[in-house]
Amino acid sequence: MNLETSLCGIKLANPVILASGILGVSRSLLSEVIRNGAGAVTIKSISLEAREGHKNPTVIAFDAGLMNAVGYSNPGTAGAKKEFTGLKGLGAPVFASIIGQDASEFEKVAEALGGLEFSAIEIPLSCPHTPGFGTLAGQDTPEKTHEIVRAVIKKTKLPVFVKLSPITRNIGDVARAAEKAGASAITAVNTMGPGMIINIDAKKPVLGFRMGGVSGPALKPVAIRCVYDIYESVKIPIIGIGGIMTGRDAIEMMMAGAKAIGVGSAVHYRGMDVFKKICSEMSEWMYENGYESFDGIIGAAHG
Amino acid sequence: MDNYKKTELPEMVKITKIVYENPYVRTFFIGRKIDAQPGQFVMVWLPDLDEKPFSLSYAGNKTAITVEEKGKFTSALFKMKAGDKIGIRGPYGNGFTLKADACVVAGGCGVAPLANLIERLKNPLIIQGARSRDRIIFKGRFKGASITTDDGTAGTKGFVTDVLEAQLAKNKFSIVYTCGPEAMMKRVFEICERHGIECEASLERFMKCGFGVCGQCEADGLRVCKDGPVFPSAHLRKIKDFGSFARLKSGEKVAISDYAKWRCQ
Ligand SMILES: Cc1cc2nc3c(=O)[nH]c(=O)nc-3n(C[C@H](O)[C@H](O)[C@H](O)COP(=O)(O)O)c2cc1C
Ligand code: FES
Repeated sequence: MNLETSLCGIKLANPVILASGILGVSRSLLSEVIRNGAGAVTIKSISLEAREGHKNPTVIAFDAGLMNAVGYSNPGTAGAKKEFTGLKGLGAPVFASIIGQDASEFEKVAEALGGLEFSAIEIPLSCPHTPGFGTLAGQDTPEKTHEIVRAVIKKTKLPVFVKLSPITRNIGDVARAAEKAGASAITAVNTMGPGMIINIDAKKPVLGFRMGGVSGPALKPVAIRCVYDIYESVKIPIIGIGGIMTGRDAIEMMMAGAKAIGVGSAVHYRGMDVFKKICSEMSEWMYENGYESFDGIIGAAHG
Repeated sequence: MDNYKKTELPEMVKITKIVYENPYVRTFFIGRKIDAQPGQFVMVWLPDLDEKPFSLSYAGNKTAITVEEKGKFTSALFKMKAGDKIGIRGPYGNGFTLKADACVVAGGCGVAPLANLIERLKNPLIIQGARSRDRIIFKGRFKGASITTDDGTAGTKGFVTDVLEAQLAKNKFSIVYTCGPEAMMKRVFEICERHGIECEASLERFMKCGFGVCGQCEADGLRVCKDGPVFPSAHLRKIKDFGSFARLKSGEKVAISDYAKWRCQ
């Protein structure tokens, strides 16, 4: 089965992409993920200055998914420039993920990473657990989205993906604002919440930041609905993320309207080779159901 | 079948007994049986404070971690008494293989996971190093250890690597297991390479998830929490960071000596 596809003119061997914040801290780990079958990979989000993030516990797994409050730890643009060199040699496209507290910070990060061989820039306006960023800074409104996208596309020739939050009330409106501002694709979704898990013996929330973003199986139906709404609202392609564990989940996300899909939490449940597994399960399903390509699958649940 | 319910949450368990190993190191026994391979670790959570990885120094019927007081987290642990509760999740990572004709090389606190290993090996040769007499851990727990101290206050004055060289010149071993300061492990590995002997070393890196998803603990594409912490020679040859670099909490890569200083905060 041919799983090749393209996203904003970027050729992908398959539509299964590593989501930001999972494993993507180093060039060599990205390389491992590509070796394990990912069609493209996204780095962990980079801010202007290095950040330590929240204290541990930062990532836990409950019985329906993961919860994290990593708090955007990252080595800043200086560290990223040292780490992510020679990306063309990795054999699959690498997407940058950049964050800022306001439009001008986003601009500066986009500019600083300009010399590296990224194929696209993703801007998450949607992290639910880091003060100053994402939903906690109100970056998920149509107005803020427009402002930040305009700022970033001034500074880069690369396609810009805007990553949205599943808790945004009218997600279609935000997607439309991103499209109007010049975004090339929508990434949906980031983690949900914030949620909280309390250890009743300790009588304390478990995560160091007390609350965190929910991902994995618990997020899937919400993510599917978000992608469904966005598909009704914009023409630019959608990267569907949230709780994708299997090839069938990936097909479901495509039927909601995704052109490509992102995978994060599934690395915990199925190992690093989950990318290969999802691809072969997709192929199998497509073969059994008489599909030779993704035409006829993408957006099939609409109408 | 894949398990989509695999939870990774701390459980509060009682400290049942605290053993003072020396003025700086204590062993905390916990009231929970954890089936673990020697070399595996647990994440220890002190609510409101932090969570950090510790290898098990006893596993099976008696479960314990052995801790050196060197920062805020370990000081808080040292204030706890038998009956107090700590959060535990795990065990995580892989363990040492269990081979016959083994030599075990321990430096400082690195003896913690190795002690657990030694008890499951048949007559291994044990080389244990410490800075000085008052820093030796598990005195009397295993018989016949060759002790070295940096200042000569116990055993022979010198380094574990000197004893290892001398041993390899006259005896044959199928494997060398090592844990301790990374510079020491690097030298042990290099000696093994020169003698064509398999080596397994237990690496330490700052951790977040502990179960292989965040990438924080990576060393040249390998996750210390999941692919390690015990690495065989084939991996040690590949890990360019081994003995040289490690990542701070931000993910910034720094010299291993700077990392070690930061870890003591
Ligand atoms: C540990 C962890 C760290 C994450 N860090 C980031 C991040 O830095 N930037 C970002 O845009 N999304 C981040 N995410 C969100 C994921 O990229 C993804 O949108 C979300 O986990 C849903 O997908 P999943 O259910 O496949 O995990 C993180 C998720 C997890 C679990
Ligand atoms: S600590 Fe998260 S991958 Fe190792």
